Amino acid sequence: MDAVAVRQPEMAHEPHPRESFIRHYIFSIDHKMIGKQYFLTTMFMALVGGAMAMLMRAHLGWPDNGVLSPEQYLQAVTMHGTIMIFFFLTVMLTGGLGNLLIPLMIGARDMAFPFLNMISYWTFVPGVITILLSYFVPGGPAGNGWTAYAPLSAVPAAEGGAGLGQTLWIIAILFVVISSLFGSLNFLTTVINLRTRGMSMGRLPLTIWGAFVTAVLALLSFPVLMAALGLLLLDRLAGTSFFEASNLIIGGAASTHQGGDALLWQHLFWFFGHPEVYILILTPMGVVSDIISTFSRKPIFGYKAMVLSLAAIGFLSFLVWGHHMFVSGMHPLLGAAFMGSTIIIAIPSAIKTFNWCTTLWHGRIHFTTAMLFAIGFVSVFVTGGLSGIFLAIAPVDLYLHDTYFIVAHFHFVMASASLFAILAGTYYWFPKFFGRMMNETLGKIHFALTFLGIYGTFYPMHFIGLHSNDRRLYETTAYPFLSHTGPVDVFVSLSAFLLGFAQLFFIANFLWSLKYGPVAGDNPWHANGLEWTTTTPPPHGNWEGALPAVYRWPYDYSVPGARDDYVPQTVQAIPLVAAAGAGGGEA
Amino acid sequence: MEDTGRTHDERRAGRWTSVLIMFTLVAGVLSFVWSARSYWLLPLASAQGASIDELFDIILVLTAIAFVAVHLFIGIALWRFPARQGAKAAHWHEHLGAELTWTVVPAIGIIILGIAGEVVWAKVYSAPPANAEQVDVVGRQFEWQFRYPGPDGRFGRSAPRFVTSGNPFGMDPSDPENKQNVVTINDLHLVVNRPVLLHITSIDVIHSLSLPNFRMKQDAVPGRVVDIWFTPNKEGAYQIVCAQLCGVGHYTMRGNITVQSQSAFDQWLQSQIK
Ligand code: HEM
Ligand SMILES: [Cu+2]
Ligand SMILES: [Cu+2]
Repeated sequence: MDAVAVRQPEMAHEPHPRESFIRHYIFSIDHKMIGKQYFLTTMFMALVGGAMAMLMRAHLGWPDNGVLSPEQYLQAVTMHGTIMIFFFLTVMLTGGLGNLLIPLMIGARDMAFPFLNMISYWTFVPGVITILLSYFVPGGPAGNGWTAYAPLSAVPAAEGGAGLGQTLWIIAILFVVISSLFGSLNFLTTVINLRTRGMSMGRLPLTIWGAFVTAVLALLSFPVLMAALGLLLLDRLAGTSFFEASNLIIGGAASTHQGGDALLWQHLFWFFGHPEVYILILTPMGVVSDIISTFSRKPIFGYKAMVLSLAAIGFLSFLVWGHHMFVSGMHPLLGAAFMGSTIIIAIPSAIKTFNWCTTLWHGRIHFTTAMLFAIGFVSVFVTGGLSGIFLAIAPVDLYLHDTYFIVAHFHFVMASASLFAILAGTYYWFPKFFGRMMNETLGKIHFALTFLGIYGTFYPMHFIGLHSNDRRLYETTAYPFLSHTGPVDVFVSLSAFLLGFAQLFFIANFLWSLKYGPVAGDNPWHANGLEWTTTTPPPHGNWEGALPAVYRWPYDYSVPGARDDYVPQTVQAIPLVAAAGAGGGEA
Repeated sequence: MEDTGRTHDERRAGRWTSVLIMFTLVAGVLSFVWSARSYWLLPLASAQGASIDELFDIILVLTAIAFVAVHLFIGIALWRFPARQGAKAAHWHEHLGAELTWTVVPAIGIIILGIAGEVVWAKVYSAPPANAEQVDVVGRQFEWQFRYPGPDGRFGRSAPRFVTSGNPFGMDPSDPENKQNVVTINDLHLVVNRPVLLHITSIDVIHSLSLPNFRMKQDAVPGRVVDIWFTPNKEGAYQIVCAQLCGVGHYTMRGNITVQSQSAFDQWLQSQIK
């Protein structure tokens, strides 16, 4: 990375003295550097979260070996979910991809508030430190699930361990929340105010639409989580009783809490939690739309429908949180209402899927690694979306709730899909940011193993879920009807190891290509987006000289009669076949 | 690298990717068929569960069709449209008719499913029949306790202020009726073909009374009592699973259910009264 970054030309739009190492790499206010900081930090967290998953699977495949104690197992489950959702996906997609891409794709020199951007990263870092620190405190990290249902998470006497881990968990996530709020304010302002000349909202790449709606969701849902975490912290530290009813007997002793309500936590958590899962998928949807269009050499099908369905999903995601609570004890009429809203949200998801598929049809598909992951995204998203329909129908969810069927559902539709989009995006934009191409052979091996690993790991979870194997069980020996699920667990664990192993190809490829990859041109994929019109890597200020003006949407691929099969957004008059030889590439 | 997007012949890559997608399709369907024999919904043992299973089957068929259709479409597209010399992509990107079709058709399907779901939901949560057997249920770390009315069918007085570790139901010790009540641990007895009404709560954290064979599940929430009812219709032994993470011993929190005839039940209840 160093080698590349140092080559960056000086800031173009104003005289700019050479920056000190600290200003450039640590307290940078350049969105690209901040984006890289986020990217690398969250990738590191993904490794930590992945290690937790490997531990869990090592235990579940061979429960007799005693790899983990019951308490350690729950801690691994909790930290895996927490790290993957809060410290990897959320922040990678917003802080990482959002930062790297938004200014470059809308034609801005930087974020609207570069200083706030830096603060945002440096608010995230203490969160990372806090959550990692929690491994080393007495009793170990939190073990109450990523959903941290109260009162279990609120009354230290109810959990195993010393309880400090759960407190640190709350504090760590508060840091992430605050950091994300800074970030989403910045993203919204940037997209609204800093689009370059001609870049109307109707010409925004879908990646940016995804990031934009994501920022709205984050801005509206994270404060609710913040409130919930605050109340939980007070319950734990100050003896308040937001989430504990009266007359509880906890750990054999009468609890002093009075008058709270356990369901309050769930309502607050899922009011945030459901938009959150869309925070983790809307940007990926945009990324995949752009990549599929680029490598099909064909405009994205149904751009308007894509934008409208993003917006519809964003809006509806605030009305469906109760589908996580069908059996929670809330009134069945509420359950009926949430079933209705949840059903509706499946429709825009279906529209998007059909549009991706149609974009491929009559395309001229280039099977780059980025494209393979984008195609893989559609597959896993469909598989996960379809299991969502079972869960949306509340009476069926009575049976499936809290079984491995749920685990299968959200790992396909959220975890795998989101991961695939991040990987696709990395293969796609790596040349722009690091100046070199990634190795395609290693990339394809990585894709094939990852795709098979994902299906091998999560697909069989449907089956044991249907067989009523509950999630978050340390072992299933207590249940006679689960006595023959062992082989499935072994298969799943082996697939998970394959999946983990496959990522080594990615890491190796990434590190190797940073130094030895073939030098990338400005527009190696012949893509239309604005980010490909500047030099590689982009200078400080993103464009030498004036900002580019935009004359078209980013999907003008294979325009009939045009000389090239792509027309960058900055091209005013399309060079025609007859005019070949007149100009030298893009404007 | 500037040539990417121009001259490459991608047919081989297209076939391989298509094969991968088709493999996913075939393996996805076949493994489900295999699973239907080895790992499927647990045997059904309640009257209400039948309509839930019917819904499940309908959704399974519809989603299977969608799974196959989408993967088939992608598989064919990858096979047919790889980049190669001379081929040019089409440029169309809008088609109102097509877009309306694939908005409206799934919408209709899913709304019909939703209506069916609402009907079954309303049935499951309808008012319990008057002749239902009543059982109080308390979840606690890490066991289930059940309290049955005595032979006269009445519960003694109870109140939250009497709740202690040894008396999770908060039974009023001064009420002689309570001597006739039966309390069991992890042992739920039900009468076949007689509706049962469970009053479910918890005295510490949230648990979840999962009764997979009866297609019922209800969180046990501290501070509130939630009622559910159903009609077991097959004699036999079943298990209760705690379905909500409730602490380190969560995985041990199993209960047993015996569904038996009225006479066997009466005999059992009598034997439990001290
Ligand atoms: C087709 C549309 C979808 C429907 C109808 C749907 C429905 C549901 C329902 C009803 C549940 C609750 C199940 C239960 O706990 O009993 C659920 C869980 C979940 N869904 Fe979806 N879903 C859909 C798409 C998505 C998407 C796009 C994402 C994320 C990108 C997602 C992420 C999740 C997660 C993370 C959970 C589980 C959370 C937990 O309990 O830990 N779902 N889904
Ligand atoms: Cu949800
Ligand atoms: Cu429990």
